[in-house]
Amino acid sequence: MSLTTHFPLCFLFSLFQMQFMLLFSRQGKLRLQKWYVPLSDKEKKKITRELVQTVLARKPKMCSFLEWRDLKIVYKRYASLYFCCAIEDQDNELITLEIIHRYVELLDKYFGSVCELDIIFNFEKAYFILDEFLLGGEAQETSKKNVLKAIEQADLLQEVRHRMKSK
Amino acid sequence: MALKIVKGSIDRMFDKNLQDLVRGIRNHKEDEAKYISTCIDEIKQELKQDNIAVKANAVCKLTYLQMLGYDVSWAAFNIVEVMSSSKFTYKRIGYLAASQCFHESTDVIMLTTNQIRKDLSSPNQYDTGVALTGLSCFVTPDLARDLANDIMTLVSHGDCVKRKRCSVLIMYKVFLKYPESLRPAFPRLKEKLEDPDPGVQSAAVNVICELARRNPKNYLSLAPLFFKLMTSSTNNWVLIKIIKLFGALTPLEPRLGKKLIEPLTNLIHSTSAMSLLYECVNTVIAGQYCSSVGSVVLCVQKLRILIEDSDQNLKYLGLLAMSKILKTHPKSVQSHKDLILQCLDDKDESIRLRALDLLYGMVSKKNLMEIVKKLMLHVDKAEGTTYRDELLTKIIDICSQSNYQYITNFEWSVSQPVTPHPPGISVSWWTIRVFAVAQMATLLDNAHLLTGSMQRNGICEVLYAAAWICGEFSEHLENPLQTLEAMLRPKVATLPGHIQAVYVQNAAKLFATVLKSQEGNTDSTTAQETSQLMIDRLPLFVQSANLEVQERASCILQLVKYIQKLQQKDVEVAEEVIALFAGELNPVAPKAQKKVPVPEGYLDLTPPSESESEDEQPKAIFAKEEPKHSRPRHTEVDEKELARRREARKQEQANNPFYIKASPSSQKVYQDAPGVEHIPVVQIDLSVPLKVPGLPMSDQYVKLEEERRQKERAEKKKKEKKKRKEKRSGRGKKHDSGPESEEDITPAHMVDIVTEEMPEVRCVSLQIQFSTSRIFNELSPSSFWVFNEKKSSKHKKKKQKKEKEEKEKKKKKKKHHHHHHHSDGGGEESVQNGTVEEEEPLPVSVYDIQGNLQDGSQVVVSVIFENKCDSFLKSMEFNVLDSLNSKLQRPEGSGPHDGLTVPFQLPPGVSNEARFVFTVQSIVMPQKLKGTLTFIVKNEDSSTHEKLDFKLHFTCTSYLITTPCYSDAFAKLLESGDLKGSSVRLEGVNMPFHHLLARICFHHHFSVVERIDSCASMYSRSIQGHHVCLLVKTSGQTVSIDAKCDEPTLLGNVLDEIKQTFSQC
Repeated sequence: MSLTTHFPLCFLFSLFQMQFMLLFSRQGKLRLQKWYVPLSDKEKKKITRELVQTVLARKPKMCSFLEWRDLKIVYKRYASLYFCCAIEDQDNELITLEIIHRYVELLDKYFGSVCELDIIFNFEKAYFILDEFLLGGEAQETSKKNVLKAIEQADLLQEVRHRMKSK
Repeated sequence: MALKIVKGSIDRMFDKNLQDLVRGIRNHKEDEAKYISTCIDEIKQELKQDNIAVKANAVCKLTYLQMLGYDVSWAAFNIVEVMSSSKFTYKRIGYLAASQCFHESTDVIMLTTNQIRKDLSSPNQYDTGVALTGLSCFVTPDLARDLANDIMTLVSHGDCVKRKRCSVLIMYKVFLKYPESLRPAFPRLKEKLEDPDPGVQSAAVNVICELARRNPKNYLSLAPLFFKLMTSSTNNWVLIKIIKLFGALTPLEPRLGKKLIEPLTNLIHSTSAMSLLYECVNTVIAGQYCSSVGSVVLCVQKLRILIEDSDQNLKYLGLLAMSKILKTHPKSVQSHKDLILQCLDDKDESIRLRALDLLYGMVSKKNLMEIVKKLMLHVDKAEGTTYRDELLTKIIDICSQSNYQYITNFEWSVSQPVTPHPPGISVSWWTIRVFAVAQMATLLDNAHLLTGSMQRNGICEVLYAAAWICGEFSEHLENPLQTLEAMLRPKVATLPGHIQAVYVQNAAKLFATVLKSQEGNTDSTTAQETSQLMIDRLPLFVQSANLEVQERASCILQLVKYIQKLQQKDVEVAEEVIALFAGELNPVAPKAQKKVPVPEGYLDLTPPSESESEDEQPKAIFAKEEPKHSRPRHTEVDEKELARRREARKQEQANNPFYIKASPSSQKVYQDAPGVEHIPVVQIDLSVPLKVPGLPMSDQYVKLEEERRQKERAEKKKKEKKKRKEKRSGRGKKHDSGPESEEDITPAHMVDIVTEEMPEVRCVSLQIQFSTSRIFNELSPSSFWVFNEKKSSKHKKKKQKKEKEEKEKKKKKKKHHHHHHHSDGGGEESVQNGTVEEEEPLPVSVYDIQGNLQDGSQVVVSVIFENKCDSFLKSMEFNVLDSLNSKLQRPEGSGPHDGLTVPFQLPPGVSNEARFVFTVQSIVMPQKLKGTLTFIVKNEDSSTHEKLDFKLHFTCTSYLITTPCYSDAFAKLLESGDLKGSSVRLEGVNMPFHHLLARICFHHHFSVVERIDSCASMYSRSIQGHHVCLLVKTSGQTVSIDAKCDEPTLLGNVLDEIKQTFSQC
C-alpha cells in the first residue's frame, strides 16, 4: 500500500458519516445537540434554526427523509421529541434511522421509559450515553447491553452525591 | 462519606445545581433572558471559587446555557480546569463542556494537550474513554499532530478492547486533521481489520471505508481482504460499510464489479434488513455498467416491494433508487408505471414529488397522454400552491421533453425555429386544451406574484407558454379581457425579452377575440375601452430595449390606433382583426392525434390530420404580415369528403418528389406502382447515404432506403448475421422487425410530419475510416476499393483524398475489411449502407460514425463500435486531438488530452453506440480531426493493448440544417443585399432535374423553395444562422448554381462539396 500522494486539500474538510445530531421539542426548543463537524457557534445556530423550522413544518404522515442543502436529513419523532440527524449524500438513510432508534432505546433503558423531562434535567447523562454509543459520528458499540454496562460503571465511579442527584 | 453528603447539601444550599437552573428557567418563561443573566452572574462567582465541585457544577450549567444559545466562550479556561480534575465525575463534565463548546479557533485548546495525553495513558479506562470522546469533537491539527503517537500506542498496545476500538475510530479524525500521520499508521490500522475482537474489526472497517471513500485509489489492494470480510461477516453495520467501500472501488477496477455481483445478489435475496438491502441495491445500481441486466431487474423487483410497502420511508427510498435506475435502464422502470402513478395519490408530498420526478423520465410516446391526463387530475386536486406549481411545471417539462424525444426519434420538428414555444403543450392539446387555457390564464393573472422567484429558477418560461396558449386559444378563455389586462401590466416589462415579445403578440390576439365577442353588442364601449387599454399600455413595450418586443409592439400599436378610428366610425372590424390571426395550428403528429380519443365537443377543433400542405404557414403567430383569409373551422367533417380529399392529397403527394410518404405501407404500394420505378437512380444513389446522413427529402430516398434494406436483409439472412445487424442498426432498423416496441411506430410518424421540418438535430457528415491492421492495405486494398467504387462513389472520393492517411498500428493475421453504416440525423431512420460482407473473416472491430448536430456550436458524434473479431474488447478509450476550432468535450476536471472512456465493453460480434460531444467555434471551414481509440483485446489465453487511429471529417455541409423557407421570405432575403454571391458550374450531369434537386437536398441539407421548369431556388441555414440560398439552373448536361450566403467562406466550401457530390456521378 503506497500512500505517497498527499491528500488533496478538500480531504481535510471532508466530513465524517454523521454530521450532527439534534434533539428538539415540538415547540422547537433544542434539547440536545451533538456536532461531529467543526462549525462556528454562529453557523450552528443558523443551521439549527433552519432545520427545526423545516422539520416542524412537515406533516406527521410524511417520510423521515429530506434533502437539505447538500445533506440528507433523517429525522424521527418520538412522543414530543424530534431526533434529527444530518448525513452525507452517499450515506444510508435506513441505518441512520436505526441509529436514532437505538439511541432512543438506550435512553429508554437507562431512564426507564424516558420522557422529555428526563432529557432536560439530565441532559449531561443523555450526552454521556450518546458518546458511549457514537464516537465521532460512527457507531462505536452496536450492542445495547455493552453501552449500558459502560455507562453504569462510569456512574459508579461518580460520587454518591452525584448519583443521588441524578435519580 | 457522611461528611461529604453533608458538605454536598451545604453546597446545595448556596448554589443552584443544573436541575435548579432548568427548573428556574422553566418558571421564568416571561423574563427568561433576565433570569439567565442573573444566573450567569452567579456562575461567574462560582467559577471564582477554589472548590472544584462548585466549579464543575458551574461548568455543567454553562454547558446547558450554551445549548440554549448563550455565549460561554469566556469560560473556556474554567472548562480546562475542570477537565484536568483528577476526579472522574468532574473530568467527565469538563470534557463534555469542552466537546460542546470548543472549536478549532478556541485558543485554550493548546493548553489541553498534556492533560489529554495524561488521560489517554491513564490506567483508568474511563478516563481514556472521556478523553477520546472529547478529542473526537474538538481535535485540531495541532492536537492531532501532538497526540497521533499516543493514539497509535493505544491502538496497538491497548489492553482494553473498548479503548482499542475507540482509538481506532478516533484515528480517522486524526488523519483528517493531520494527514501525515496516515502513512506510518496505516499498516497498524490494516492489521486491525483482522483483529480477533469483532468490535475492533468493525471499527477498523469503518475507518478504512471512510478513508477509501475519499480516495479509493490507494485502497484497491485491500479489495481481496474486504471481499473475504464481506462474505464472512454477519454484522449488518459492517456489511453496509464494506459494500459502500466496494461501491467506491468498482469504478476503478471493473473486474470487481463482476466478482461482486454474485454476493450482492445473494445478499439482496437473503437479507431481511432493509438498510442492508437498500445499500446493496444502491451499489448494484451505481455500478451497473459492469453488472448484468438480470441484477438490475432484481433490483427493480426489490424496489417495487419497497415502494409497495406501507412504510413511507421505504416508499421514498424505493422511488429515490428507482430514479437512479431510470437514468440507465429506463425500460425496466417503465414497466412499473402503474405503481409510480399510484404514488401520486400518496398523502406525503415528498413522495409525490419523487414520483413526479420519476414520471418525467418515464414518459414515452405511448404513455404520455395517460400520464399527462393523470397529472392534470392531480392539478385539480392539489392543495398547496407549491405542489400545484410543481405539478404544472412538471407537466410542461414532461411534454416538452417528450417532444424533444419526438425530434430525436422521429426527426420531427417544427418548421420555424424562431417559435420554440414549449411544444409539449401542443402534444396534449386535444385533451387538455380548454383546461390548459384556463390554467394558463390563472397563471398569467398571478404572474406578478411569482415573477420574482420565477425568474430565478427559470420557471418564467412557463409564462412564455402560457401567454402563447392564451393568445392562440383565446376563444376558450372565460374572460379574455381580464387576461388581456394581466398581460399588459407594467410588471411584464421585467420579464425577459423573448417572453415580452410573446406577450405583446398574444395580447393582440386576445384583443381580436375581445372585439369579436363584442361584435354583436350594440353598446360598443367595451370594445372601445379595450382599444384604449391597448393604446395606453403598448407604448411601454414600444420603449423596450428588446428589438423584437419593440417591433411587434409598435406594429400592433399602430394597428390598434387604426382600429380605434374605425371603431369610432362604427365600422365592424372584428372579422378583419380576427383574420390577422386566423389559421389552424398545425397538429403535432397526426398519428398521435388520431390515437387520442377525441372528447365530445372538440371535434371542431381537430383539423383533419393530413390537411396541412407544405406551403401552409404552420403557425399563426407570424402570419401577421400577410393576413390570410379566415378559414372556417371544420364544423362537421363528412367521412366521404374526407376520404376523397385524402385520396386527392395522396395523389398529389405521389407526384411530388419532395413529399415523403405517409406510412410504410403506402410506400410499398407506391413502390409497386409501375410508373415510378427510377431504377437507375436507385443504383447510383444507393451508396450515398453512407456518406452524408441527412434528411431524406424525397420519397425516392425513402423508397431506395426501403429497397436497400430489403436487399440487405436478404443478404444478412443468408449470412446469419441478422442479430448483430439489428443491434448495430439501432432503432431505425427495428421498424423492420414488426410492431412490438414503442419505436415501431416511429417511422410512420416521421414520414407523416414532413409538412413542417426543422431538423433540430442534424447530422454531421462524418467520415471515419478504420481499418484494423496496417497490413490492410497490402492484403485487401483492391477489394476494398472496388467495393467503394461500386457502392459508394462519394465515399470513395473522400477515401482517395485521404489516401491511406489512416493506418492502423494493430497487428492481426487475417484480412481486414471495412464496414460502414450511417444513420441519419434523427437516428431512427437509419440510412444504412454498405452492409457489405466480404468473404474474409473479420478481424477485430469495425467502427461507424454518425454525427448529430444540435444548436449553436455543439456537434454530437455517434460512433458505433462493432466488434467483428472473436476476442473480447474492453477498456476502450476514445480520444481526439483537439484543434483550435473543434474540441471534444471532456468531463470537468480532465485534462485537454485525456481520452474518454467508452462506457461499455464489447463481447465478440456485438456492437454498441457511444456519443461524443464536440464544440465547434467556426463552421465556415471543413476540418478533420485526428483521433485514436485504445482498447484491450482479451483472448482466452492472453490480452493485448491495441490502438486504432482514425479521422473525423466535419464537412461544411454537415453544419447546414434543412430549413424550409417560403418564397416571399426567400425573395426578401435576396433583396436585402446582405448576402454575398458566388457561383459554380457543373458539367456532364446526366440526371433528371428533380433527382438533381433531391440529391442536393439530401446531401447538402437544402430545401426547395420554388421550382419552375428547369430552374429552382433552394435554401438552407447553418447551425449558427447563416442563410444559404441557391439558384439552380439546368440546360442539357450543364448545371449552373448561383449561390448567396452571408458568409462567403462557408458558401465556397459548401459549393465545393456540392461540386464534389456531382463530380462523382
